[in-house]
Amino acid sequence: MSADDLLPALLQATGETAQMVFWSALLTLLLGLPLGVLLVATDRGGLVPAPAVKAVLGGVVNVGRSLPFIVLMVAILPFTRLVTGTTIGTVAAIVPLTLGAVPFYARLVETALRGVERAVVEAAQAMGASRVRVVARVLLPEALPGLVAGLTVTVVALIGYSAMAGAIGGGGLGDLAIRYGYQRFDTTVMIITVVLLVVVVQLVQSLGDLVARRLSHR
Amino acid sequence: MSPSYFGYNLPVIHVSRLRKVYETGVVALDGVDLDVREGEIFGVLGQSGAGKSTLLRCVNLLERPTSGTVTVAGQELTSLDLAALRRARQRIGMIHQHFALLSSRTVAGNVAFPLEVAGVPRRERATRVAELLDVVGLDGKASSYPAQLSGGQKQRVGIARALAAHPKVLLSDEATSALDPGTTQSILALLKRLNAELGLTILLITHEMHVIKAVCDSVAIMREGKVAEAGRVADLIATPGSLLTREIFPLPEPAPPGSVTVTFAGQAGEPVMSSLVRRFDVDVDILGGSLEDVGGVPSGRLRIRIDGGKRAEALDYLRERGLVREHGPEPVDARQPEPETGAETVAEEAR
Ligand SMILES: Nc1ncnc2c1ncn2[C@@H]1O[C@H](COP(=O)(O)OP(=O)(O)O)[C@@H](O)[C@H]1O
Ligand SMILES: [Mg+2]
Repeated sequence: MSADDLLPALLQATGETAQMVFWSALLTLLLGLPLGVLLVATDRGGLVPAPAVKAVLGGVVNVGRSLPFIVLMVAILPFTRLVTGTTIGTVAAIVPLTLGAVPFYARLVETALRGVERAVVEAAQAMGASRVRVVARVLLPEALPGLVAGLTVTVVALIGYSAMAGAIGGGGLGDLAIRYGYQRFDTTVMIITVVLLVVVVQLVQSLGDLVARRLSHR
Repeated sequence: MSPSYFGYNLPVIHVSRLRKVYETGVVALDGVDLDVREGEIFGVLGQSGAGKSTLLRCVNLLERPTSGTVTVAGQELTSLDLAALRRARQRIGMIHQHFALLSSRTVAGNVAFPLEVAGVPRRERATRVAELLDVVGLDGKASSYPAQLSGGQKQRVGIARALAAHPKVLLSDEATSALDPGTTQSILALLKRLNAELGLTILLITHEMHVIKAVCDSVAIMREGKVAEAGRVADLIATPGSLLTREIFPLPEPAPPGSVTVTFAGQAGEPVMSSLVRRFDVDVDILGGSLEDVGGVPSGRLRIRIDGGKRAEALDYLRERGLVREHGPEPVDARQPEPETGAETVAEEAR
């Protein structure tokens, strides 16, 4: 690729990656957080004990977690078409990215919520707090540093997945690296995209760590 | 609150025939009856596993009893639906062994929590929080986080939080068990002060006798899910052979033959022993004893042996002063019938 074409191509690819990661991360947060809360609340001895619901949710999450992303992406192509009307492009990639990340994040949410002292939850109940209040005002705020750390890990994973999604036409840095760096032996493009990905991941991780640390008062 | 509550002498907390069997099959409470009178500090004493925490958690229904009833301030909690129970809980404060503070909130935020639950407007909340922090001696710490506080300070936050919504009763689950002795004393003193100044009724559980001695008006001793003994501390100390007396003033059991065990509370003024020796020409031997401060009254239990001279008269003299509580077996060579001299001085044969 000529130097003149390189910059616009990189910018466009970076933009596509950012778009895929941003939207799928947002959707993952919106879906994974309640799912994680449900996984904890439906425990026997939890806020809303429901072992059957818990078993079903846990099963679904485990299936989602055990599928390699590349398999998941291909397997749900019909669903992707149903939702977005297409199976290729940046928008279409958001569907498998989200579906892959939700179970992952839900488990991290579950772990973070389980880290909240049981005594603190009981103390709130002893003060007459409703279950909704316990979740909103006790569980989530107490687990916030863990929730942020989990989201950081999820975003990093999404950056990785998004490169794979690029391979089926999602665009982005991964796509650029494969089309130019690998298929056309353009080492410069390869090195630049790799460096860019590494830098972005580092930035995301550092930012996430910083925020989590700021939020923690333990 | 039901009208009957305003009658005097009705207990603020009434627990009747409470049983709790956990799913594991453990019988944690096996028919517990408990009456806590308004304005008193009631201590439940027992070893680990006796069922104390289960009992306390049944009082605000954190734990559903298997059977039996719990009535607090005239309201039978066991018959309430969830919404009504939540409202009732707002008037029952609770403090915890490990404080159970929200680590994500400041001291002020923690104390404000029950006020938020009760729907108190923000401005009033701030006023009340400042007031409470003053009461527990934590002004200046409002914007600290729990992690920055010592154990004693954390428990003060816990107490301020428990008092925020003007509760009638305070439940305390081993509130001082995680604290060092000095801090324990200051927290107990605070509870005592709140009890005196606010008329706050306190039900506390503990495995430590010194807590009972320091602050409790009444006590129930729990063993294996049952109340083995209950009553006013002062009355139990004056009851021959009560569990409480034996536990507060431990002496080797069984008492040796010929010994007499004397229990007294605040009557140490008269030189009883020297009177005995002079008037009745007996030998007095001190076998053992212990002295304790019980609720601010110096009290003790002394085991002595009286030999020779006018032994029977000497014993009568002790009885007249209400001092003889328990007898060892009579000495073999000096066996003579003991005259009964009324209920107050009933002698108990140690077995
Ligand atoms: N959630 C529970 N599930 C099963 N058994 C329990 C539970 N909580 C307490 N127990 C059992 O009930 C008995 C009484 O426990 P507890 O009330 O905690 O006693 P204490 O506070 O006097 O130490 C113990 O045998 C304990 O193991
Ligand atoms: Mg306990």
